Amino acid sequence: MSILVIAEHDNIALKVETLNTITAAEQIGHDITVLVAGQGCYAVGESVLKIGSVSRVLVADAPHYARQLAENVSALILNIASDYTHILAPATANGKNILPRVAAMLDVAQISDIMRVESADTFVRPIYAGNVLATVKSKDPIKIITVRCTAFSAATIEGGLGSIESIIPVADLGISNFFSQQLTKSDRPELTAARVVVSGGRGMGKGENFKLLEDVADKLGAAIGASRAAVDAGFAPNDYQVGQTGKVVAPELYIAVGISGAIQHLAGMKDSKVIGAINNDEEAPIFQVADYGLVADLFVAMPELAKELDNLASR
Amino acid sequence: MKILVAVKRAVDYNVKVRVKADYSGVETANVKMSMNPFDEIAVEEAIRLQEAGKVREIVAVSIGVSACQETLRTALAMGADRGILVEENEIELQPLAVAKILKSIVEREQPNLVILGKQSIDDDANQTGQMLAALLSWPQGTFASKVELGDYSVNVTREIDGGLETLTLNLPAVITTDLRLNEPRFVKLPNIMKAKKKVLEILKSTDLGVDITPRLMTLKVQEPPKRQAGIKVDTVAALVDKLHREAQVI
Ligand SMILES: Cc1cc2nc3c(=O)[nH]c(=O)nc-3n(C[C@H](O)[C@H](O)[C@H](O)COP(=O)(O)OP(=O)(O)OC[C@H]3O[C@@H](n4cnc5c(N)ncnc54)[C@H](O)[C@@H]3O)c2cc1C
Ligand SMILES: Nc1ncnc2c1ncn2[C@@H]1O[C@H](COP(=O)(O)O)[C@@H](O)[C@H]1O
Repeated sequence: MSILVIAEHDNIALKVETLNTITAAEQIGHDITVLVAGQGCYAVGESVLKIGSVSRVLVADAPHYARQLAENVSALILNIASDYTHILAPATANGKNILPRVAAMLDVAQISDIMRVESADTFVRPIYAGNVLATVKSKDPIKIITVRCTAFSAATIEGGLGSIESIIPVADLGISNFFSQQLTKSDRPELTAARVVVSGGRGMGKGENFKLLEDVADKLGAAIGASRAAVDAGFAPNDYQVGQTGKVVAPELYIAVGISGAIQHLAGMKDSKVIGAINNDEEAPIFQVADYGLVADLFVAMPELAKELDNLASR
Repeated sequence: MKILVAVKRAVDYNVKVRVKADYSGVETANVKMSMNPFDEIAVEEAIRLQEAGKVREIVAVSIGVSACQETLRTALAMGADRGILVEENEIELQPLAVAKILKSIVEREQPNLVILGKQSIDDDANQTGQMLAALLSWPQGTFASKVELGDYSVNVTREIDGGLETLTLNLPAVITTDLRLNEPRFVKLPNIMKAKKKVLEILKSTDLGVDITPRLMTLKVQEPPKRQAGIKVDTVAALVDKLHREAQVI
């Protein structure tokens, strides 16, 4: 087994999703190479070297990898793919964008969003919004896999003894170009990495009311999430969406506020360790998965919650 | 310009699917089927581009059992001009196979743009658009929340993990839709009647000469462990107390 992991990073720092993906790789085999493709990203490569299970780091540094456009990065991966039996990336927007392209160029399937490694060719993955788990076996010579990060712990950053080398970029294909970006500004922890997530739904009524969530999130060091209905209504940015077709989170504590608990939402949060829910409808399906449910008007309950958390802190 | 849209027939998003007693698959007999929601968004986007005067023809393609004709009729009733069904009643179609079939349709139809959904809500694969783009060596704009079509290029705003990103892609290109791209229209009755007269061509997958053998074998399917419902608390203070003392998460 020779495994290539595609690093998730922003040219400056490694993203934790890479560590989860490396844990999945460790369960497949021991010869793990990590590819860092970007611009001015050598330091990211050096940080990967500290991970004990990584034997080799490849850095591809070129201006046309700065934004990790799928066309160019997949061409790069294709160039080195034949050295590997498995190619893994986290099931992030980036990983989902790039890897299927690699798979098609290699004429092999992709196994999306694996939650468990059964063996080097057999994996468990969710289908139907996570209502069903499928065990699938791949017959392809190279397994192309995206990894559901919440299902694997982060690899430990110690004891690294591997080597690092630069690899030659593939020429810019020139068919796609980065034009602009609008990143959501936030001082909070990242949604997918936060220990606590406080999410709001349509019940929040309007965007300004997300302030009620922020006040509570501030006290808990939490990230803020949202249901699709809340995002569609413009209460929260798109990258806050938790669910089947948004982000998958599994924090220590998930608090759903004014969220009914549609299966598409549950798909993104039901593996949280502890779930709390505040909803004024006692029949809301969210209560079927919540460890602690409070039937209440969120406009009364949320300010009270902020106050109680202050009391707790001063106790 | 010409746009090709891929529409998949999938279990309706309101259905709670059940695993078959022998764990071989999911029960789909007598289950409500609909157009994959992301594909409705794809059709809608093509229609809006046509309404803006930029597009001459919209061709909808579906691959699968004969009943996919219904899905195509829905696309036609929404406003697509023509439908193509690539019929395959036996073999389970996986994304790579679908991408290969779509590629052969693209070679035949020569569209400037192909729009697909970002994800089927049954297999949750999120692969086909990217694979098609790769097979054609075309650029891709996945998870699109805004599309601005020019004569030789298209600007696609994408929903990414940290926010939004806009790319400029040379045409021809592949786009996959995200939820915020548009809100699909409801089909009006007169349009359903009109759609019955539109051309719906039926091809056999075997006529296209592409290898659609499944690459992944499903060994079994299971329901995930059920999460037990917990308790209801009466007050916010009780909630905080439970989270602090019992669950020890705050
Ligand atoms: C293709 C597809 C993909 C989807 N993907 C996702 C996804 O990834 N993530 C996702 O979340 N959804 C997704 N959905 C949408 C999903 O089906 C639901 O429509 C959505 O989750 C509902 O959001 P909600 O719970 O905020 O709104 P609603 O279902 O409207 O629930 C609002 C809740 O707020 C409560 N409420 C109202 N006022 C108050 C108050 N004052 N105090 C307390 N409670 C109050 C109500 O009792 C209700 O339970 C998807 C749907 C489709 C078709
Ligand atoms: N059998 C099919 N027929 C037509 N389009 C399909 C089919 N399968 C997948 N697609 C398209 O590919 C998109 C992504 O599907 P998937 O890769 O399966 O998640 C869907 O939203 C459709 O637009």
